[in-house]
Amino acid sequence: MLRFIGRRLLVAIPTLFLVVTVAFFMMRAAPGSPFDSDRKLAPEIERNVMAKYGMDKPIGEQYFNYIKGVVQGDFGPSLKYQDKSVLEILQENYKVSLVLGLSAILIASIVGVTLGVLAALRQNGLIDYGVMGVAILGVCIPTFVTAPLLVLLFGSQLQILPSGGWNGGALANLILPVTVLALPQIAIISRLTRAGMIEVLRSNYVRTARAKGLPEHRIVAKHALRAAILPLVSYLGPACAGLLTGSLVVEKIFNLPGLGKFFVISALQRDYTVVMGMVIFYAALILVLNLIADLLYAVLDPRVRLS
Amino acid sequence: MKAPILAPGSRAGAQVMEKAVKGRSLWDDARRRLFRNWAAVTGMVVLVVLVVVALIGPHLVPFSYDQINKNDVWAPPLTGGHLLGADSLGRDLLARLLMGLRVSLAIGLVATVVSLVIGVLWGAIAGYVGGALDELMMRVVDVLYSLPFIFFVILMMVTFGSNIILIFVAIGAVEWLTMSRIVRGQTLGLKHKEFVEAARAAGLNQGSIITKHIIPNLLGPVVVYVTLTIPAVILAESFLSFLGLGVQPPMASLGSLIANGAQDMELAPWLLIFPSLVMIVTLMSFNFIGDGLRDAIDPQDR
Repeated sequence: MLRFIGRRLLVAIPTLFLVVTVAFFMMRAAPGSPFDSDRKLAPEIERNVMAKYGMDKPIGEQYFNYIKGVVQGDFGPSLKYQDKSVLEILQENYKVSLVLGLSAILIASIVGVTLGVLAALRQNGLIDYGVMGVAILGVCIPTFVTAPLLVLLFGSQLQILPSGGWNGGALANLILPVTVLALPQIAIISRLTRAGMIEVLRSNYVRTARAKGLPEHRIVAKHALRAAILPLVSYLGPACAGLLTGSLVVEKIFNLPGLGKFFVISALQRDYTVVMGMVIFYAALILVLNLIADLLYAVLDPRVRLS
Repeated sequence: MKAPILAPGSRAGAQVMEKAVKGRSLWDDARRRLFRNWAAVTGMVVLVVLVVVALIGPHLVPFSYDQINKNDVWAPPLTGGHLLGADSLGRDLLARLLMGLRVSLAIGLVATVVSLVIGVLWGAIAGYVGGALDELMMRVVDVLYSLPFIFFVILMMVTFGSNIILIFVAIGAVEWLTMSRIVRGQTLGLKHKEFVEAARAAGLNQGSIITKHIIPNLLGPVVVYVTLTIPAVILAESFLSFLGLGVQPPMASLGSLIANGAQDMELAPWLLIFPSLVMIVTLMSFNFIGDGLRDAIDPQDR
């Protein structure tokens, strides 16, 4: 187990290194600079500003300095927000995204697993077709369609939910964005659960449990469910990647002050250090989540050997 | 694994018997299964209609997609000759929608071809050559897999500006990873088959074996994955357009139309609703075809 974790971490380091390198040179290849503004700076001032951030040095040296900083946990100062470091900006903005993402994945898991189990228990019945129909819709309707349509319906027409804003994380403000984020995940999770459940319900040990005379609900809850939701664990990584992508759209439409909204703005403004910091943060997050998913899988399924 | 039950009346049983009599090829069989799947057939019909409409539609509408009509600003559907209404500049929504559909379908197709070429070659070479090269090439795929790709695409769009060719390349370059994994897996299974050994014994070089014997035989799963990649690409492009990084005005794609519609939805809900509907119908038809093909070509992989 320890060896497995160690090996995975060893692979993670060059991956992160690659992320940093590619993002660094791509950002620098972009036309425009963070110090462009409507008012043209005097050449001397611009030179001073560049020198302050070490951007007057050759690109190779800048890269080396940046890597050195990152290794020491220093992501540098923001180029657009004066007196703020990248870490401070991340700290200020991660909460909204975290709350959104966690609530969405939690709700999606509960609803998705429930729907999937119900569909599997009534395979080819009315509930099954209903759930699978909803699942196909959930996969096919992108977040940037559901979000404005729900705002139009509940925000503008019925006026029962606020159509945007954070408002300190009030429940009413959370309902629509979390629903939008959760819908595609519910679709995928219910499909995975249904497939797993159908497979497990046919297995020998479930037949044994039935032969013992256990009531159906005990068989489902205690014997089948645990094995059936195993594939979900390995879906954890991709799910979070999907949530990250979704949060870009959701935070934009609902005007929420989270990392996703910040990322697009910073990229457009050429705030090199902030963009780099966020890319590294997201890459590390996905790597860690994938590792956790693999470990969980091994813990839950004794047939899997980590090697 | 479950033991296959071939009851005399079952579909599989019937097919086995017919096969013994008539000798159908695997592809004939797959086609029959596909055409018996009403969802997939509906998807194909709808898709053909969409493609035809996208190709000839723009020439039939009396307005062009970028034609500004000052008198028709915010015209609701069915007024001023605008079947689906007009937008904030009085541009005809139907004309823009048809153009957007054409652009989205084109991007889906081209980017998928890019991912197809890279993915198939990469996977086939890794799987066939094997050993250290395979290890290295698949490690590269693993590493790329764990990157937050949408961020790199956004960075690329910001870096090089959003021109349409770059969108093709950026999205295609992102989508080839899964393809290469599927192809490698298939190749590993194929390369010890007798006909490949025969080709090798006949003195064919590795390049020709890969292109002439391996790649044609792994088409099945590749076709399935292609039909699922096209909607993914259309989605990715629309996503970029939605964030303002994709197709630039006055050109339109389904995503940019939805983005514009979302901005003005309280004033003119038709600008949001019609593009959304077209988007959903397009994605659903591709998904139905993909699912149907998968069931038809590989009935075990449900």
